[in-house]
Amino acid sequence: MTIKEPFKLIAMGGLWFWLIAFALLPNLLVIIASVLERGADEFVVFAFTLDSYRRLLDPLYLGVLLDSLQLSAITTAFCLLLGYPFAYLLTRMPERWRPLLLLLVIVPFWTSSLVRTYAITILLKTNGLLNQALLGLGVIVEPLELLYTPLAVIAGMAYTLLPFMILPLYGSLEKLDRRLIEAARDLGAGRLTTFRRIILPLTLPGIIAGGMLTFLPGLGMFYVADLLGGAKTMLVGNLIRDQFLSARDWPFGAAISVMLTLLMGLLLWAYYRSSRRASRGILP
Amino acid sequence: MNLKRLAEWMYLLLIYGFLYLPILVLIVYSFNDSKYSLEWRGLTWQWYQNLLDDPDLLQTALNSALIATLSATVATAIGAMAAVAIHRYAFFGKPLLNALLFVLMMTPDIVMGIALLILFASLSLPLGFWTLLLAHITFNIPFVVVTVLSRISGFDPHLIEAARDLGATEFQTFRQVILPLLAPAVVAGWLLSFTLSMDDVMVSFFVTGPSFEILPLKIYSMVRLGVTPEINALCTIMLGVTLSMILIAQSLLRKK
Repeated sequence: MTIKEPFKLIAMGGLWFWLIAFALLPNLLVIIASVLERGADEFVVFAFTLDSYRRLLDPLYLGVLLDSLQLSAITTAFCLLLGYPFAYLLTRMPERWRPLLLLLVIVPFWTSSLVRTYAITILLKTNGLLNQALLGLGVIVEPLELLYTPLAVIAGMAYTLLPFMILPLYGSLEKLDRRLIEAARDLGAGRLTTFRRIILPLTLPGIIAGGMLTFLPGLGMFYVADLLGGAKTMLVGNLIRDQFLSARDWPFGAAISVMLTLLMGLLLWAYYRSSRRASRGILP
Repeated sequence: MNLKRLAEWMYLLLIYGFLYLPILVLIVYSFNDSKYSLEWRGLTWQWYQNLLDDPDLLQTALNSALIATLSATVATAIGAMAAVAIHRYAFFGKPLLNALLFVLMMTPDIVMGIALLILFASLSLPLGFWTLLLAHITFNIPFVVVTVLSRISGFDPHLIEAARDLGATEFQTFRQVILPLLAPAVVAGWLLSFTLSMDDVMVSFFVTGPSFEILPLKIYSMVRLGVTPEINALCTIMLGVTLSMILIAQSLLRKK
């Protein structure tokens, strides 16, 4: 095959051009912007400084970052706790039901998370369905303040992100070789030991992939914090948005998003390591 | 059915309930004949009628549909051809290309949004239709590539060799042999891109200006002002469009 083939040239050229112009270049510009000075009239001034990174350690912003990391971590843990048994049960369901059951998880995966966040507000309002139900059942006497709390933000994020946890978990649980479980049981391992020593390490790539797909978007979902947390809850996403919209401090906003990208790199690295191990059958 | 089996089904139902209940409530209330209360006051089309009577909203919906159609089409053209090339050829920089695609797919939306904003600002492009279109094509491409690639891996390489042996050029092979075989995946990729584009909030938030408003951002600003039955109706329509597209896409991907 020669390089002169026009098809190959056009097919590859198109993709290369697009990825370099709209994926690689913008991200390089973010890194560059993050080490520039903030301008008064212009967005940035071309002078090198690490000020933006230093400001990340400012207690005010550090607090927001840590709060957001914590909210995201809780959401991820919650999704994992709900999603792991769910994905496991899905793989144990009769073959003819599985496509339908899986489709029911895929459908919310593709629908608008804004619309689904909005649906949660309807449920959580003071005169919303959840309060009405609890009042009707006599569990509570007065309606609870559910909306505009960190708990509402966690509920909203878990709700929109749960399919992102279930799908990779299902993928790795489905590949699990059942003979390994039987072998462990035959060799005298209890249920818990089998889970801890065999199932868990072999499905670790799925757990990390699912964790990545819930944890990272969880940090950025500024509209969930706006709609469900009121002004009380700030996520990294809100902080970044405000730098670009109201505060007009682009270098600082860029620095925060470089941190997010580094975090993504770290999680990707963990994923590669665990999936290489799992595929070679080496258990940690 | 024994007790353990029953408990398992109950757990599955519980999670499905968690996933679907809020959506169902939203849909049901979009037909409720009551402006403020939760009480069921009978069926009405009033809220849908109100949406249709709002010319601004219709324009916004048209804008969204236009961006979604154009971005899905361009992304599908680039993505489908690229997927075929990635599958068929070994070339310099292939691992880098794969890595770029993967990173593009995993990048948090907010990071992509501000990265594109900085790009457009440094090119002095005014924010609006064109910047929005470029951004949407960008996040749609990797999804098309992945959808099409997963289909190609399954088909018979002899068909392509036969076409080449019979004297077809690469373009003829692509158009007359590969494309018909891949058609379901290509259409599915287009439909999924369309829904991604219709639903996107985060990236669009940064790369569009007041001159070009789209539906998700309109909903976002409406919702911040409070819950109204009109928003319920609008969200129900959005869900309806997305749902039907996903179902068609999935049925295309499932066929042998």
